[in-house]
Amino acid sequence: MEALLYQISSGLANGIIYGSVALALVMIYQSTHHINFAQGEMATFSTFIAWALIQAGWPYWMAFFFTIAVSFVGGLVVQRLILRPIEKAPVLTNVIVFIGLLLIFNALSGWFFDHTIKAFDSPFPEDSILSTKYFSAHQFGSAAVLLLVLFGLFAFFKFTSIGLAMRAAAQNPDSARLVGIRVSWMLGLGWGLAAAIGAVAGMMVAPIVFLDPNMMAGILLYGFAAALLGGIDNPPAAVFGGLVVGVLENLLGAYVIGTELKLTVALVLIVGTLTLRPAGLFGKKLVTRV
Amino acid sequence: MKTLDRKWIWFWAALLLVGLCVLPFLVKNYRVFQFNLVLVYAVAILGLNILTGFNGQFSLGHGAFYAFGAYTAAILMAKFGVPYWATLPVAFVVCFVFGFLVGFPALRLAGHFLALATFALALAVPQLLKYKKIEGLTGGVQGLVLDKPMPPFEFRFLDQPLSSDRWLYFFTLMVAALMFLLAWNLLRGRVGRALVAIRDHPIAATAMGINLPVFKSLTFGTSAGFTGLAGAMGAIVVAYVSPDSFTVQLSIFLLVGLVVGGLASIPGAIFGGIFIQYVPNIADELSKSAPAAIYGVLLIAMMYLMPSGVMGGLNQLWARLRAKCTG
Repeated sequence: MEALLYQISSGLANGIIYGSVALALVMIYQSTHHINFAQGEMATFSTFIAWALIQAGWPYWMAFFFTIAVSFVGGLVVQRLILRPIEKAPVLTNVIVFIGLLLIFNALSGWFFDHTIKAFDSPFPEDSILSTKYFSAHQFGSAAVLLLVLFGLFAFFKFTSIGLAMRAAAQNPDSARLVGIRVSWMLGLGWGLAAAIGAVAGMMVAPIVFLDPNMMAGILLYGFAAALLGGIDNPPAAVFGGLVVGVLENLLGAYVIGTELKLTVALVLIVGTLTLRPAGLFGKKLVTRV
Repeated sequence: MKTLDRKWIWFWAALLLVGLCVLPFLVKNYRVFQFNLVLVYAVAILGLNILTGFNGQFSLGHGAFYAFGAYTAAILMAKFGVPYWATLPVAFVVCFVFGFLVGFPALRLAGHFLALATFALALAVPQLLKYKKIEGLTGGVQGLVLDKPMPPFEFRFLDQPLSSDRWLYFFTLMVAALMFLLAWNLLRGRVGRALVAIRDHPIAATAMGINLPVFKSLTFGTSAGFTGLAGAMGAIVVAYVSPDSFTVQLSIFLLVGLVVGGLASIPGAIFGGIFIQYVPNIADELSKSAPAAIYGVLLIAMMYLMPSGVMGGLNQLWARLRAKCTG
């Protein structure tokens, strides 16, 4: 029983990470209807920036917020410079450009910060009052950060006019343009936001898995699985999907198939969701017009 | 004029054939080995091209089929003593069936989601190959070491012996030529037109009586079969398979080769093969991270500047030259 509870709690902790990656994916999907394959690599690169700042002597939280700002601008710039010219191009073109971005960001991380594995300190000290029997202080802390981000996003989309404009631009670009929304800039904002959320996820993951250019590869896959399971157009559901995937992964790993096949679990989840329930658990059914 | 043209074509074709036959005797053994890999990659990219270029279905996971083909050949050779040439049809059939099974759920996925599902497949393959329960068959993390096939006869030409790499060169050249001919025959007729119709307008294609599910899943199977056969040849040429040679990177490189060579272009696959064999070698000398960065920049640049790849670029150049000559 004790072991089972322990597995579930650490699954929830991992699930929060997957949830935040899923959240970033959902953000891009909501604002562009694209799935960004470079999301994980961009997040890793952001985390490296934070690491460099902390090494340079910046206090953690200052580096944290500065990195988020830099990532936001970076995401915006990537969209403006690289993706805007092909906004209307076929899906294949987009996917290929995403793969190109993935390769570039991965290579840049390796180039600037080299391939050795680095430790990344957690801002939540281990001996604080936050740590309990089942959850470490970092797990608690990252959960809190993620929830803050989630509520922030919810409020942003629900109560601000920019949030409304972004939703409109994604759902019906032509009508949105007619009422004076700058659709292309809204896409850019979506990219900026997603990059910023990715940066948060990266900085929360790094203390657990250690920092290296490929740290996000597996996590990204779980993020995908989580986003699809919850529903790719529903941010809170994506976080819930993350928790489910985290717990499932841990329980299956501990009791059924062993730890070597963890990525296969994600594969089965992705293919299973897409074939049996393409809209996810809480997603809207996608209806295409003929 | 017309007949003269045709005569010249025969002349150039004959010259090319002689060149291809003499080539391996002019260079060192290691170069021949690299040529073999170019041919192998060309066939793998051809397989991907049938699916992505002609039928418009994504796959970021063709490395998985390559890996399954390679392992099929390796297991048959190492554990069951099957001769190397007999493993190729088996690899084709195994991968065809596997691809068909993957293609079936893929019917419900469009665009990004298919790319995503196949991407997951590519990420999961090395783990699956390392799985403890099948270690007896696959050799686990260590992989399987194979014997390089010996040439069936011996002779010397230009002072160079027919080594096993040179023999394999002729073997892969024959198989690759056969596969290209097969693909060309498949794609130039009714089937090819149906595939392109499905890519360009699925609804109109259905209205014209094309059975979408059957065609799409069969295409997936055929494409996987081609790439699997290439994987089997790769295993024979390298004489070694291990899970870590089939990471997601392989799938991405195949895609890069496809885009560089030219989407929906059969000869483009050869350029793709040359590209993914040689460019990393050159870029490696700059920095450890350079190949990936160069690939990434090239991918994006190709999408802007030459969306139809090297082959498309050559065709355009040719058309422009011709227009100048006649006009």
